[in-house]
Amino acid sequence: MSKFMTWVDERFPATKVWEEHVSKYYAPKNLNFWYFFGSLAMVVMVLQILTGIFLTMHYKPDSSLAFASVEYIMRDVPGGWFIRYLHSVGASMLFIVVYLHMFRGLLYGSHRSPRELIWLLGMLLYVTLMAEAFFGYLLPWGNMSYWGAQVIISLFGAVPGIGPGLSEWIRGDFVVSDATLNRFFAFHVILVPLLLSLLVYLHIVALHKVGGNNPDGIDIKKDKDASGKPLDGIAFHPYYTVKDNLGVAVMMTALLAVVFFVPELGGWFLEKDNFAPADILQTPPDIVPLWYLTPYYSILRAVTFEWLPGGAKLWGVLAMGSAIVLLFFLPWLDRSPVRSIRYRGWMYKTALTLFVITFVMLGYLGTRNPSHVDLGLLTNVTWSQIGLVVYFAFFLLMPIYTRMDRTKPEPDRVTG
Amino acid sequence: MAEDKAEDSQPNRRRQFLTALTSAVGVAGAGGMMVPLVASMAPSARSRAGGAPVEVDISELREGRMMVVEWRGKPVWIVRRSEQMLTDLTEIRDQLSDPDSTVEQQPAYAANDHRSIRPEILVLLGVCTHLGCAPTKKFERGAASGVSADWRGGFFCPCHGSRFDLAGRVFKNVPAPTNLEVPPHSFVTATRILIGLDSQEPA
Repeated sequence: MSKFMTWVDERFPATKVWEEHVSKYYAPKNLNFWYFFGSLAMVVMVLQILTGIFLTMHYKPDSSLAFASVEYIMRDVPGGWFIRYLHSVGASMLFIVVYLHMFRGLLYGSHRSPRELIWLLGMLLYVTLMAEAFFGYLLPWGNMSYWGAQVIISLFGAVPGIGPGLSEWIRGDFVVSDATLNRFFAFHVILVPLLLSLLVYLHIVALHKVGGNNPDGIDIKKDKDASGKPLDGIAFHPYYTVKDNLGVAVMMTALLAVVFFVPELGGWFLEKDNFAPADILQTPPDIVPLWYLTPYYSILRAVTFEWLPGGAKLWGVLAMGSAIVLLFFLPWLDRSPVRSIRYRGWMYKTALTLFVITFVMLGYLGTRNPSHVDLGLLTNVTWSQIGLVVYFAFFLLMPIYTRMDRTKPEPDRVTG
Repeated sequence: MAEDKAEDSQPNRRRQFLTALTSAVGVAGAGGMMVPLVASMAPSARSRAGGAPVEVDISELREGRMMVVEWRGKPVWIVRRSEQMLTDLTEIRDQLSDPDSTVEQQPAYAANDHRSIRPEILVLLGVCTHLGCAPTKKFERGAASGVSADWRGGFFCPCHGSRFDLAGRVFKNVPAPTNLEVPPHSFVTATRILIGLDSQEPA
């Protein structure tokens, strides 16, 4: 120990924190491919904050200047196009790794006891991230930015009684306007990033308290050597820092390939209608959010049954809201005696497969015109109604099928 | 046991009460601080002043055509309907969700079969009642409109497929819950409309 570190440690627990959370934090030795995405999410978040700071140096949050200031960044600011594309592609990349990270949870039962709080904090992160993306999408003040915000804010108008006043309060005007753009800028660059940072910190504190899950879904802390180190654990540093670095290298290669060669990804990462400035009198032919929100948008549009008390609109909004809220209850809906898919029976495997197919299908349908036929046989809206039923059945029937499922015995030690 | 008793003792209960009271006052104070912050997000005086009435000259508007003007930052449509269009309105009543305009989406003087003051002049807020998109006009009849073969002309919302007739009345089985809104309006002269003000109100 150097003299300097001794001096620091007497005043701040630097070495203690480093050992507790990095060099002597023992993670299961059998973590596989699916365990890349947590650290990747953090890397992309740092990238977003970094590029975001430099974008705010040139961006103008004013409805008469915003669109032009983004074009100014793209054309006149040295390397501005690179920073802006990193930020817009990074947003999609963050959702890709977050979705894979969440899928890992469903695969190996990472949401199960004693990790419920990690799951809940993670879900809060996910919802906050959706808000962050939504606020950010208004800022370029393109026509899709404008109408997307118009549609989403109108959702609050469906709240019985206070709805119209609530949407006016959110917008700060009778329509989406300069006032709306200014406050969304404030939310996007300071309020939500602060919340996200706090939640990431809490997510990791909770993780390090109970220790990470692993592909076998068994506890590694029950078998320890004389020094108290888990027999199936390896130090996070250097073993997983090296592994995660490889993941970062591969992901950054993919991200940069998109940034350099297909930054709009054919309209999936930056929509074509957003290259025209916001026009209050002209709706784009199809208002669709970016891909990461479309599964829920499909659910919203799937509810077209007027005979429902209160009307289809209210129930559409409720269905969309509960589709997200249900995810929070996952740790308590899942009643299987085992955590990992490796030891679960055919029922959970089938349910999870169906759920993933449905989620992807809903995501695709959310980008298509509801009355068209894109998947054969039925109209898009009918397919999304089927998707809605499967989506909700996955969660609501989970207490039944996870209990009935014939599970295999878990091993005592991790299987590699 | 001795400690349990101490916690229950008179001075301790008094201390707990005072702590709770102080915390409650602190929370109320912090909550009070939120009031001006939350209130500052409501529409400002400038936004509210932006809602003044708009006068429109319709002398150039030809039969079967539509013009769009802006009022309170929202598009207002003015359509001069033809005889054919007005006859069509009565023939599609059974396809509509609220043909008699029972839901209050219009001033009393527009709660009639044609939802307007003068039968041929329709004034509508061009904002879909589903989620606030701008529907597009589809005035052609039949398959040429791209809507359906028995289409009699009206408006189609591209966002979620809601359909409205040429009086802004909503069709059955579409996401939009109510008819399009008719804004308050009045005729200043035969060819000038004031949007945003009923005639009975003093100007």
